[in-house]
Amino acid sequence: MRTFEPSATSDPALFRSIDHTTTKFYVTVGVLAAIVLFAVFMYVRQVVLGLGVTGMMQPVTWGFYIVNFVFFIGISHAGTLISAILRITQAEWRRPITRMAEVITAIVLAIGGLHPILDLGRPERVMNVFLFGRLQSPLLWDVTSISAYFAASTVYLYLPLIPDIALLRDRSRRLRWFYDFLSWGWQGTPRQWKVLSRAINIMMIVVVPVAVSVHTIISYIFAMTLQSGWHSTIFGPYFVVGAIFSGIAALFVTMIAFRSAFRLEAYLKLIHFQQLAKLLLAMSMLWTYFTFCEYLTGFYGGEPEELKSILYKVTGQYAPLFWLMVACNFFIPLVLLGFRRFRTIPGILIASIGVLVGMWLERLIIVVPTLENPRMPFPSGIYVPSLTEISLFAGALALFALSFLGFAKLFPIVSVWEIQEGRALAKVEMEERIQSYLPDEQAGHVQA
Amino acid sequence: MPRWGMVIDLDRCTGCGACVAACKVENNVQFVSAAESERGRRMHWLRLLVESTGTYPEAEIRIVPNLCVMCDNPPCTKVCPVHATYLGEDRLVAQIYPRCIGCRYCMAACPYSVKVFNWSDPRWSAETRSILNPDVSLRPKGVVEKCTFCHHRLQAAKEVARADQRPLREADYQPACVQICPADAMTFGDLDDEFSPVSQLRRSARAMRPQEHLGTEPKVYYLQRRDAHV
Repeated sequence: MRTFEPSATSDPALFRSIDHTTTKFYVTVGVLAAIVLFAVFMYVRQVVLGLGVTGMMQPVTWGFYIVNFVFFIGISHAGTLISAILRITQAEWRRPITRMAEVITAIVLAIGGLHPILDLGRPERVMNVFLFGRLQSPLLWDVTSISAYFAASTVYLYLPLIPDIALLRDRSRRLRWFYDFLSWGWQGTPRQWKVLSRAINIMMIVVVPVAVSVHTIISYIFAMTLQSGWHSTIFGPYFVVGAIFSGIAALFVTMIAFRSAFRLEAYLKLIHFQQLAKLLLAMSMLWTYFTFCEYLTGFYGGEPEELKSILYKVTGQYAPLFWLMVACNFFIPLVLLGFRRFRTIPGILIASIGVLVGMWLERLIIVVPTLENPRMPFPSGIYVPSLTEISLFAGALALFALSFLGFAKLFPIVSVWEIQEGRALAKVEMEERIQSYLPDEQAGHVQA
Repeated sequence: MPRWGMVIDLDRCTGCGACVAACKVENNVQFVSAAESERGRRMHWLRLLVESTGTYPEAEIRIVPNLCVMCDNPPCTKVCPVHATYLGEDRLVAQIYPRCIGCRYCMAACPYSVKVFNWSDPRWSAETRSILNPDVSLRPKGVVEKCTFCHHRLQAAKEVARADQRPLREADYQPACVQICPADAMTFGDLDDEFSPVSQLRRSARAMRPQEHLGTEPKVYYLQRRDAHV
């Protein structure tokens, strides 16, 4: 039974991002919008002139767009998966984190899902995927699983948002119609709470297998071909681990940025960072293990084609990027997150940025070197991205930040009712615990 | 139905490049500027791969004409999301240009690197426009294309045979590269007819197929001395 009523007045800090708009906010939005507009211009130019404006060529026919597709969809696992796992395991410290994680997922998934379309030679024919789609193609599996994940994660973001939208609706006249529409008649009756909590419980279970399927299937795009360096059975779990790994890092960077921008220090405490940092460190070790398995088996077997692509990455053209990736994904997290002395917020921020760079490099090192080493003695070129690809990458990052700011302007980025529920539940739970299995305070006196 | 295939004798091939030129003109394959060519955008349905092995005095240069090998089990058609590349009724791997969305997945999946992409719209000069082959459609930017074994010639040959009310004969149809080869290094015909020249040549001890271990079942064979391999 619920013993609390969410209140719009007791946590004013959580509404600060909605109520106060600073000049800094407008400047940031302006700069980000300019970057996005430039990317849109470059994309239109690409549609008019053809993919020749990119750095792609024969035989490297996939470049930044596919790398970023894999990277962004990976980041999207931050959210929903982590928030679902923390909800399922009833980790109490999850409360101020889940909303941000879920927002990251919805935004990054939309941006990542656009990338294969950016990569198309004939984007106006994208509907052919539905008109003539063939289920035997891993790309069709991708379309299916990504749309399922997008649907599931937006619902999963929206459901816990409803009581907060109702608070916004009731506290001021600003955008009343908007909040009124989105709150779907929420009055906070016991029945509504029961239905909501059941719906959240169903969704948190549903999104886990869907999220796992998404990055498994993205790995299948590569693993289902016969190409050396791609045709590997561990790619499914390897990609999922990398996705959660980079997702947590992105969550950290977002948390730290918004914590300082909207002064949420009271809500995002050091303990939240330290708890999540353990998960990041665990994922780092898991990623390292998978990478070790993948490369050792290929190297030891020594099949000439496989060996050629492995040596190209480890000792050849890609060696600097490969070892930078190992440093970013293994050594930096190991030192900064493994020792309590460095497990501070600046330390975690550096480790997270390192992991993001490292995981982006990992996607690059999977996609491009295999294409640069075809089986036939093909005169191979080195792929260098053009200004078009770089500006679209910058545009995607800017669009992410812009969308996140837009969300923060309309909704609380820390769940208000869940924080308040946590406070209320903790008190009740503590009293119950004392009553149920701890001796009464008077008991000792009686025996003596 | 004949199973069309090709045998290329590398010991006869002189590397003259006549097949490359014939293919390019026959199939209206776009010409790219020198700068684009430098950037790896040159387009060939058939190209010569040049491989040098060893050092002087044992140095050796091998030239391999590289074209679609028309797999019976093609890795490229499996991955196409829109059925724009498929194993057609003549057991030839075909492309549907107006349907292709340009995702280039088939190119990434092809172990022979024979598919090419139109990185930009073709620009035909007045001269090249005057020699365009009317039997072959022009491809716009953004789609994948590749060797078809001059499928338009097969279509024409079938029509002639039907008009003459006789079955299609092996000699009725030959791709442009085979027709032009001055060294007689290329032989074309029905692999299922055990008396055809291609069938006899492919049973030679010198015969092998490229990347045979991948199970793609190519219909292009190479003949070469046993001490060399593709």
